[in-house]
Amino acid sequence: MRSALRPGTTLGTKLEERNYFKENSVTQPVRTASWQGRKLSLIGLAALLAVAGCHKKASPPPPPPPVMSAPAPTADITATPAAINAGDSTILTWHTTGATDVSIEGMGAVATSGTQTVRPTDSTNYHLVARGDGGTADATARVTIGTGNNNNANSGRMNEGDIDDATFHQNVKDIFFDYDSYEVNAPSASVVSQDAAYLNQHAGVKIVLGGYCDDRGSTEYNLALGENRANAAKQALVAAGVPAERIRTVSYGKEKQFCSEHDESCYQQNRRAQFTVDR
Amino acid sequence: MKKMRLFSWGGSSALLLSLVTAPSAHAQDWVRTGTNLGAQRIRIAAANFKPGSADSETGSLKQVFDQTLFTDLQNAGIFDMVSKSMAPPLTPGSQGEAQLATWAAAPANAEMLAFGTLTVNGGQLAVTGFLDDTKNTQSPQVLGKQYSEAASTQSARHIAHRFADEIIERLGGLPGIAETTIYYVSAHSGTKEIMAMDYDGQSPRAVTHLGTISLSPHISPDNARVAFSSLGKQGWSIRMYSLELNRPVNFNSPAGTTLSPAWSSNGAQVAFSSDRPAGDSEIYVSDAAGNGVRRLTSFHGPDVSPCWNPKTNAQIAWVSGRTGLPQIYTMDSDGANVMRMTDGGYATSPSWSPNGQFLAYAWNRKYGPGAPGGQDIYIMDVASRRWIQLTHDAGRNDFPTWSPDGRHIAFQREGEGGLQIWTMLADGSEQQPLTHGGSFSQPNWSLK
Repeated sequence: MRSALRPGTTLGTKLEERNYFKENSVTQPVRTASWQGRKLSLIGLAALLAVAGCHKKASPPPPPPPVMSAPAPTADITATPAAINAGDSTILTWHTTGATDVSIEGMGAVATSGTQTVRPTDSTNYHLVARGDGGTADATARVTIGTGNNNNANSGRMNEGDIDDATFHQNVKDIFFDYDSYEVNAPSASVVSQDAAYLNQHAGVKIVLGGYCDDRGSTEYNLALGENRANAAKQALVAAGVPAERIRTVSYGKEKQFCSEHDESCYQQNRRAQFTVDR
Repeated sequence: MKKMRLFSWGGSSALLLSLVTAPSAHAQDWVRTGTNLGAQRIRIAAANFKPGSADSETGSLKQVFDQTLFTDLQNAGIFDMVSKSMAPPLTPGSQGEAQLATWAAAPANAEMLAFGTLTVNGGQLAVTGFLDDTKNTQSPQVLGKQYSEAASTQSARHIAHRFADEIIERLGGLPGIAETTIYYVSAHSGTKEIMAMDYDGQSPRAVTHLGTISLSPHISPDNARVAFSSLGKQGWSIRMYSLELNRPVNFNSPAGTTLSPAWSSNGAQVAFSSDRPAGDSEIYVSDAAGNGVRRLTSFHGPDVSPCWNPKTNAQIAWVSGRTGLPQIYTMDSDGANVMRMTDGGYATSPSWSPNGQFLAYAWNRKYGPGAPGGQDIYIMDVASRRWIQLTHDAGRNDFPTWSPDGRHIAFQREGEGGLQIWTMLADGSEQQPLTHGGSFSQPNWSLK
């Protein structure tokens, strides 16, 4: 019977695959021994037939060709601040999607998204080019170099970026979330409007919004939930007039906790969106 | 490699079919969770091997080998092991010395006998192993194998795993799992790194040394690369570590919060969760280098933890908080045909069984402030959505992962012993910890 011969072939092939150690097979053919005949012959034969059947497909079909329609790339780049004095630095922040090859003229190939501190001596256009399977996109950020006192406002903003943490946290309070929720609730909404008012008065301060969760539940889900919390707080700030470019979100899930007690007051401490200065 | 997997699936479905027609030993258990689980077990004896050389190294390596072989067969879940104390006095080293009648008789009552010789000679460890059918007096030998490796504790263990897998494949119809690997997360002083260990918890070794928080390891089906998510300056991104090159390799990951990578079982695609560019976490699929990204979900709320149906790669299960507390959903791999699988509570961390029939997942069915619910491991029959609970009243359990033979599930348990990785048979029996001390989580079982 064909199935009685097949196991030997199968094993032989398998041994060849495991060629990293010397091995001599002295395997004998399977015998239809009593234990098999008693209760496993059906199972055994079915398995061996299936094995034999599958084994004939020695070379699996190649993976299907990629049929995904590549989305057109997007690109944006900003310089913060956009106007500086000669000798000062500014931060380029760019973000692309759907791109495999991203470069900035004069700087060469760069990551698909990132930031870079530059110190141009003359007014400069930073031209971002993103190439992907779906086409090409580009964006330009202009940094103008001023001289002396007509750029006071901008140099003032530079100094605001160096705001000390104590002052920042006095004026920009963290917000807290309900259990397993990422909606900005009523008490948090009033905190957000105060935070936004301060941030709108100090237009040079960029912030990181960290999303945090309490210790219950699952690691991966809490990271996604923390991300939704940070984004909800960001949307609330944007709605209150803070430019989205000044806000970066990071989820910490339950990876970085304020406290570790298993009680509701600690859980509430951990369910928060926390503001820090983005440096 | 591909051949191996087709092989196991073929065997697996055939066995399941045949099990349906066979009377079940546990009739109340509607769900036949893994191949051969619930079938009558073969009674097998693993004799201590006979030393072929007399030095002390032989003795210590033989002890490792004997113990590993016995444990591997015991762990397989398809054998009724003959206790070592019931072994007849003579230790057989060759076919001529095997007095099968004494093993077949009480108290051993063995149906099958594994035995052989272990020799250390010139730094080489040589093992000859046999498997005999004790009831077949005419031609008892079922298997005969010879192995030779440089002598070390590691190689003694490795040879035992290989011989055990041969026995398990011959008698159980599927390749054994004694040579497989479990990847996991180790927490230490504020950082989390990816580690790997043998399937039985032996030989733990570090994979990453990034000094940050790395989570959710997922090993590629060819065992060449491990994907994971890692916290960097720009947030969470997916990183890829080559186990062949021993260094990180490129994966074109979005920044922001990009989490929970999952390889398709053909190694061609990776599913993951990201909030970029949508500003809301969604499930995406890319190729193995992170290119050609396709978005699959578009619904407000957290979407995370995708896993593929490894039998077909045509479906993805994942976790969504679109209606409140997280639930398990499935969809086709193009995002169509979304189905909600769980009916409440807090359900996370799906893992699809190798035969495509079951989802294992973590579920707290009475979740909420002050609610008494425990977080336990469940499995669900995908077609009927019937489920059974596998863990009971023992800590917080999460991140189940199937062994490639579908007979075992590893998971994390946070209990009195801290956060540890455990294993059990896929019917919930024989739960045992694989790690001790420290803090270990998020196991992911290799596909071979």
